[in-house]
Amino acid sequence: MLAYVIQRVVQSFIVLLIVGLVAFSMFKFVGDPIDNMLGQERTDADIERLRGVLGLDQPFPVQYYKFLTNAAKGNLGVSYRQGRPVAEIIAQRAPATLELAAVSGFLAMVFGIGLGVFTAIRRDGWAANTIMTVSLIGVSLPTFLIGILLIYLFSVELGWLPSFGRGETVMIGGWSTGFLTASGLKALILPSITLGLYQMTLIMRLVRSEMLEVLRADYIRFARARGLRERSVNFRHALKNTMVPVITVTGLQLGSIIAFAIITETVFQWPGIGLLFINAIQFVDIPVMAAYLMIISVMFVGINLLVDLLYVAIDPRLRTDRAGAH
Amino acid sequence: MTDPVLSVRNLSVEIPTRAGILKPVDGVSYDIAKGEILGVVGESGAGKSMAGNAIIGLLTRPAHISGGEVWLNGNRIDTLEPEMLRRMRGKEIGMVFQDPLTSLNPLLPIGDQLTETILEHLPVTKAEAEARALKGLEEVGIPAAAQRMGSYPHEFSGGMRQRVVIALALCAEPSLIIADEPTTALDVSVQAQIVALLKKLCREKGTAVMLVTHDMGVIAEASDRVAVMYAGRLAELGPVRDVLTHPMHPYTHGLMGSTPLASKGLARLNQIPGSMPRLGALPDGCAFNPRCPKADAKCRANPAPVMNERASCWHPMIPGQTS
Repeated sequence: MLAYVIQRVVQSFIVLLIVGLVAFSMFKFVGDPIDNMLGQERTDADIERLRGVLGLDQPFPVQYYKFLTNAAKGNLGVSYRQGRPVAEIIAQRAPATLELAAVSGFLAMVFGIGLGVFTAIRRDGWAANTIMTVSLIGVSLPTFLIGILLIYLFSVELGWLPSFGRGETVMIGGWSTGFLTASGLKALILPSITLGLYQMTLIMRLVRSEMLEVLRADYIRFARARGLRERSVNFRHALKNTMVPVITVTGLQLGSIIAFAIITETVFQWPGIGLLFINAIQFVDIPVMAAYLMIISVMFVGINLLVDLLYVAIDPRLRTDRAGAH
Repeated sequence: MTDPVLSVRNLSVEIPTRAGILKPVDGVSYDIAKGEILGVVGESGAGKSMAGNAIIGLLTRPAHISGGEVWLNGNRIDTLEPEMLRRMRGKEIGMVFQDPLTSLNPLLPIGDQLTETILEHLPVTKAEAEARALKGLEEVGIPAAAQRMGSYPHEFSGGMRQRVVIALALCAEPSLIIADEPTTALDVSVQAQIVALLKKLCREKGTAVMLVTHDMGVIAEASDRVAVMYAGRLAELGPVRDVLTHPMHPYTHGLMGSTPLASKGLARLNQIPGSMPRLGALPDGCAFNPRCPKADAKCRANPAPVMNERASCWHPMIPGQTS
């Protein structure tokens, strides 16, 4: 078991190095930050001097190596645009994104699994059929359109909820939270629905199809033949067997919730790291972009690692296989 | 004879399809007494499993009971509400399925599966249920049962899993066990053990058994009486010795001729010409007539008669008479 964990962690590190390399090599194509940093009245000497200061005159492998060694020490460089350390900017912005992602992920999972189970059990009921039809909308509408529609309905027409920003936040330690104020919570509603709707419908459809599959299994028939209650058959026996594939997809989806937050944050002007990244692209702020991509990939890889470990917790068959019983 | 544990009267099952109504079980009647093992034999699709599912109330839609009565210990059970039927399953009727590899939930330890069943049906505490579960595992011959309570199904061999399944079927002490091809998925060497175990436990507890199988060897080994089914109908029903040595229905006769027996040596096996008709294309008259060596105009025009003496046939073979 420990060997398995170590093996997975090592693999994760290799993945991160490769992601970093790919991300870093793409920055050559996004433009020259010098153009934005120096005004119209620049001289060639200015450009060369700044290039030297930023280390952009060095060959690519050297730049990448420097970035990695600094990042390992917690130094993510200094933003070209804001002139402040990137680590500080991200630490200030991250709570907004993480809170948004956590709420959307929670909504997506609770409603996705709940509705998935419901539509599988009441397979032919009108309610289940209605939910399935409506869920097609969630799958097929692009995120930004859902966001704009929600803003139009609840902010513009009804005026119930704010259309942008986080509302009032409270600082706890270095973490600014919107969970503790009424306006902070109200501000969370529309963005988290926007961000989580696609994932919710995806999880729901997956849970439904997996559950229908499991309900046909022999051990479910046998559980019925043993006279167990419907509730026990559905939740104790069927749902648990549904969870293994669902966890895989859900894990990946949680990662993409953080990544997709870029769009939602743009629509709702949510002051998180997604919006930070969009602004950084416009300014070719390479240290910010590099740090953002690395953080996202750390989260992705971390979640996947967790998912792999969860499998083992849920499915006893994997435990013996790992121990080399076969 | 005392009242039978299970009494099936004219049971019919229908499946409505676009092509018309299929009748996988058509007017079947039999009784099973306390402690008796009734073998139900027939080819695939003869309706033997379907009859078992109908009795325990586990027909999957759109199949449904369309006629007849099922009585268990003097109570009619085919008309029960789903909730009452659920309470009866496991408590009054236990079931053993064909494939022990897929009958057990892979994610729950077997001890949990036993105790949940016991707690569902018997008024006992959790500790008592666990003690009963352990006793059940010991009865079916799981070695070191106390240590295996926490084991998962994949940690057992096929034969051991079928023993666990039998323990599960018996754990609430039902009066009837429906064993649906309990040995088909097992190795031949394990089959005999499982049959012997089932037989022994049911004798000891006085449990009636409906043993569904297509294996004549299993029938000969285990059952007291045998019911032969063909195309959803009962072809022959009688004590196992009589039916096997002196079959009266031409179909049973053909079946026996096609079963390898040690006593017959290496003689060439007979085969029944043709194959069992699909349910959607049953012939007029007796369903067996196109394959029957004795069929005549009467057989083609009239459905087989209701059981006369032992066989449902216009021209039963009388013992001693050569065919």
